[in-house]
Amino acid sequence: MTFTKQKTAAEAIAELRDGMTIGIGGWGPRRKPMALVREILRSPLRDLTIVSYGGPDVGMLCAAGKVKKLIFAFVTMDAIPLEPYYRKARESGTIQIEEYDEGMFEWGLRAAGMRMSFLPTRCGLATDVLAKNPRLKTIASPYDDGEVYVAMPALKLDAALIHVNESDKIGNTLLRGHDVFFDNLFARASSHTIVSTEVLHDRLTVDAETAKQNAFERYLVQTVVHAPCGAHPTYLGPNYGLDMDHLKAYNASASEEGGWQKYADEFVNVGEEAYLAKVGGAERVSKLKLPVY
Amino acid sequence: MSDATLAELMITAASETWRNNGELLASGITTIPRLGASLAKMTHSPELLMTDSEAYLVSEPAPLGPRAADYVPKFEGYMSFDRVFECVWGGKRHAMIGPTQIDRWGQTNLSCVGPDYAKPKSAVLGVRGLPGNSINHINSFFVPAHNTRVFVAGEVDMVSGVGYKAERWGAGMKRDYADIRVVVTDLCVLDFGGPDHAARVISLHPGVTFEQVQAATGFPLIAIDNLGETALPTAEQFAIIRKLDPHNMRGMVLKGNPPAIKAAA
Repeated sequence: MTFTKQKTAAEAIAELRDGMTIGIGGWGPRRKPMALVREILRSPLRDLTIVSYGGPDVGMLCAAGKVKKLIFAFVTMDAIPLEPYYRKARESGTIQIEEYDEGMFEWGLRAAGMRMSFLPTRCGLATDVLAKNPRLKTIASPYDDGEVYVAMPALKLDAALIHVNESDKIGNTLLRGHDVFFDNLFARASSHTIVSTEVLHDRLTVDAETAKQNAFERYLVQTVVHAPCGAHPTYLGPNYGLDMDHLKAYNASASEEGGWQKYADEFVNVGEEAYLAKVGGAERVSKLKLPVY
Repeated sequence: MSDATLAELMITAASETWRNNGELLASGITTIPRLGASLAKMTHSPELLMTDSEAYLVSEPAPLGPRAADYVPKFEGYMSFDRVFECVWGGKRHAMIGPTQIDRWGQTNLSCVGPDYAKPKSAVLGVRGLPGNSINHINSFFVPAHNTRVFVAGEVDMVSGVGYKAERWGAGMKRDYADIRVVVTDLCVLDFGGPDHAARVISLHPGVTFEQVQAATGFPLIAIDNLGETALPTAEQFAIIRKLDPHNMRGMVLKGNPPAIKAAA
């Protein structure tokens, strides 16, 4: 095969359109495709619906006014439990929201990946997840038990952004951390998946044990972006840990007047190469200690 | 141990809720619940399953905070997030978390506070796994500061975890798996074992009165018959807690890290 799916981050993000529903892989401050998120921050994209087990990806997109609607179960940075820019957006009432249980959220991605309209679940019944969401309906079992379930609608994505440890140019990927989270389902739920990768290979050839770290098929991947340190400041096991100093500074910026603009001017608008230099370079990032939970 | 701290007393009280649960996943989220689950596994309930709080099952609870360079967790299996969900839906779990609000029906809120859901006064985390946890398996709660902002007078602002409020349950919805055990607070231990699942105080921490607890709670409480004192940790429990928490992270949970038995005024 001679074809390649490799693009630059800017080319990859230029494939997206205003108003799209975009899923973001990872979990809280863990393995977030931050280089791609920063590229969205630099782009003119707007009115996005973001679908995410949220961390600073959600906070930054909210801060930059990119988010029209958030589909989520939580937004957190773990060691800093409350995400400041998500809170600002949520408390100002400027974003629409659809709030789901973590497992319902998985079910929605799974339904989309299986081309189903919904999947039944007990999760959400008797709570405000159901009561406050006009989109959600229940369904009764057609069998003798007649039990009533939530019909969790498919969370269909126009695009998904995922950061991986290794990929080749045609989209064979390896996730080497302790947990793939639900990135396989984001890829399946999406009609257009952009993968950013720490290490880019021409073609991946690995042993059977390593091949088990491949969580989804390459036909699910449309675009591959080489982005070393592309999850920074989030945790990419086993390559590097959270950058707590950076997250603390980011968190503190939210309590300053014009804090987001200052953060964006210093770290985002300068471009990815300057970003990496400002956070200490690949050398420092590679030495960020892996978290102990 | 009469010189135990209140945090240590709460850890000991929390550990009791995992007694006689059988073989299931004990998930204590944040310092005191996690130490409670760990203490249960190290003492009366070795059959409990626990994770390293990341992705693996461990046969011995992992200590909190930075570890010695030569420490290797005793892995016995795998428990990634998708497997945690599978475990939740199968019901083999007892979790203890700290919600933002709890109401008289045992309903909990971790999402947002204030009357307007579209524009809340305070956004917290989101519902997280509470809807699924609460309807599928055993749950207990932890409250580091018992007051009427947590134990609200009316219904919680955003019902994230299910409780025993009949009006919330439509025809055909299965309530049988919802099972709220205890709430461990800095004043007492509560359950929902009264008539129609009314909240009851089942033990008072040393020096705390029932009236004090009632005044700090937004809804009426029942005192169980022969209401007694929450047990202090034994010397054995105290030694295990210290081993599980070598950096004394438990000392940072409660404001001022007070002793379990308050000094005479």
